[in-house]
Amino acid sequence: MKAAEFLYERPASVAEALALLADEDRDATPLAGGQSLMPMMNFRLAQPGTLVDLSALEDLRGITLSDGMVRIGAMTRYVELVRSGVVADHAPLLAMALPHIAHAAVRNRGTIGGSVALADPAAEMPALLLALDAQITVQSAEGTTTHGATDFFLGMYETALEEGELVSEIAIPVAAPTDRFAFYELARRHGDYAMAGVAVARRDNAHRVAFFSISDRALRAFDAEEVLDKGGSVIDAVAALAELPYSGDLNAAIPTKKHLSGVVLTRALEAL
Amino acid sequence: MTDTQTISVTVNGETASAAVPVRQNLVDFLRNTLGLTGSHVGCEHGVCGACTLEVDGAMVRGCLMLAVQADGAKVTTIEGYGDRAAALRAAFIDRNALQCGYCTPGMLASALEYVEGGGGADRAAIREHLSGNYCRCTGYQSIVDAVCDVIEGESS
Ligand SMILES: Cc1cc2nc3c(=O)[nH]c(=O)nc-3n(C[C@H](O)[C@H](O)[C@H](O)COP(=O)(O)OP(=O)(O)OC[C@H]3O[C@@H](n4cnc5c(N)ncnc54)[C@H](O)[C@@H]3O)c2cc1C
Ligand code: FES
Ligand code: FES
Repeated sequence: MKAAEFLYERPASVAEALALLADEDRDATPLAGGQSLMPMMNFRLAQPGTLVDLSALEDLRGITLSDGMVRIGAMTRYVELVRSGVVADHAPLLAMALPHIAHAAVRNRGTIGGSVALADPAAEMPALLLALDAQITVQSAEGTTTHGATDFFLGMYETALEEGELVSEIAIPVAAPTDRFAFYELARRHGDYAMAGVAVARRDNAHRVAFFSISDRALRAFDAEEVLDKGGSVIDAVAALAELPYSGDLNAAIPTKKHLSGVVLTRALEAL
Repeated sequence: MTDTQTISVTVNGETASAAVPVRQNLVDFLRNTLGLTGSHVGCEHGVCGACTLEVDGAMVRGCLMLAVQADGAKVTTIEGYGDRAAALRAAFIDRNALQCGYCTPGMLASALEYVEGGGGADRAAIREHLSGNYCRCTGYQSIVDAVCDVIEGESS
């Protein structure tokens, strides 16, 4: 279980990183916290020609507040989000979910940008960003593009990110005092990937309900959102989950995922 | 052809320079090149926590970091905790918080981060902090006891 051979570069600027990624002869892959990529390389599921270590790119780090958004650099580590007063005050849904994302030692290196770029169907962050209507900024040698979260997560480990592009920033609308948020997940061991989980946001009576670990991607439950927007009951909202594109995984088959999605939604709504 | 790079890293207070294959992980470098075999290797994919050690003040998985990434960093392993971990070491022994000891270096590293971070003698919080470390022998009860003892001892 050792990684195959590769070349290693640690660029000092974003421009340099983008140039390395754009060089087709290199077959280059970005390395952020390595908490998913390194295991994938050890299993030889990933065999990049060149690893482009982003750890020296201070431009991609930090948490700031501007234009009504909490702006988080892609290389910001989970532990920095955990300790951030800005996140606690202005992005409370993230603060609720963070203790459930991996274990302390993994949070010390894992980054938000790495999670967004990977789009693991069992990861919390994509669902959180869907529920929060976040924006994801992507840079390439050609320029900068911003995607809404709903258009970004396309499938299992599949995003709108193209070859040679880097996630640079995640922007989350600042929470208003009247906004309500809830998060619930069922995991076998604290910090492990959940068997099913949900993030809920209610703003001005508009609900956003996003699930993870029940399908091939993080996804919004639009039918359930509509039920809730119209003042429907928890039972009706759960019934509206029936048509979601469920998929099973190593932990649980589709009928179990269906059942668990109802359980987590019920518990989240009770806490809303 | 193996790509190698020269790194300079401070390990347990001493600076070491070496040419490392870029694909070598940090824990293999410590064990195989520096002979510091205290950090153990279990799963090599981040799940078991046996390789947990300190880099620049934060506990990390030694198997998920490349040795080349430690260039310029300060690494502390179980061999280098010294007095910092004396109370935890004693409590682990008192409570019989280890049997085979395979998980112990990683457990101590994680427990030390919790204690030094000002964590309370709250069993649920301790379990949560240690949740990334597998112990196959003791069933965790005595490990949590040991961590509680240290915190309560220090606060009284
Ligand atoms: C034991 C264990 C338990 C875990 N449990 C959970 C969990 O419960 N929930 C969860 O969500 N995660 C979990 N993780 C995963 C961990 O949180 C992820 O590693 C993290 O989310 C990915 O971030 P990273 O910085 O480590 O990315 P890397 O592993 O460095 O990269 C992941 C992928 O993203 C690409 N990439 C990284 N950064 C960028 C960027 N800025 N732009 C473009 N592409 C980029 C890389 O090329 C790679 O393909 C767990 C990991 C371990 C080892
Ligand atoms: S060997 Fe590193 S976590 Fe298992
Ligand atoms: S003491 Fe044997 S694995 Fe923990």
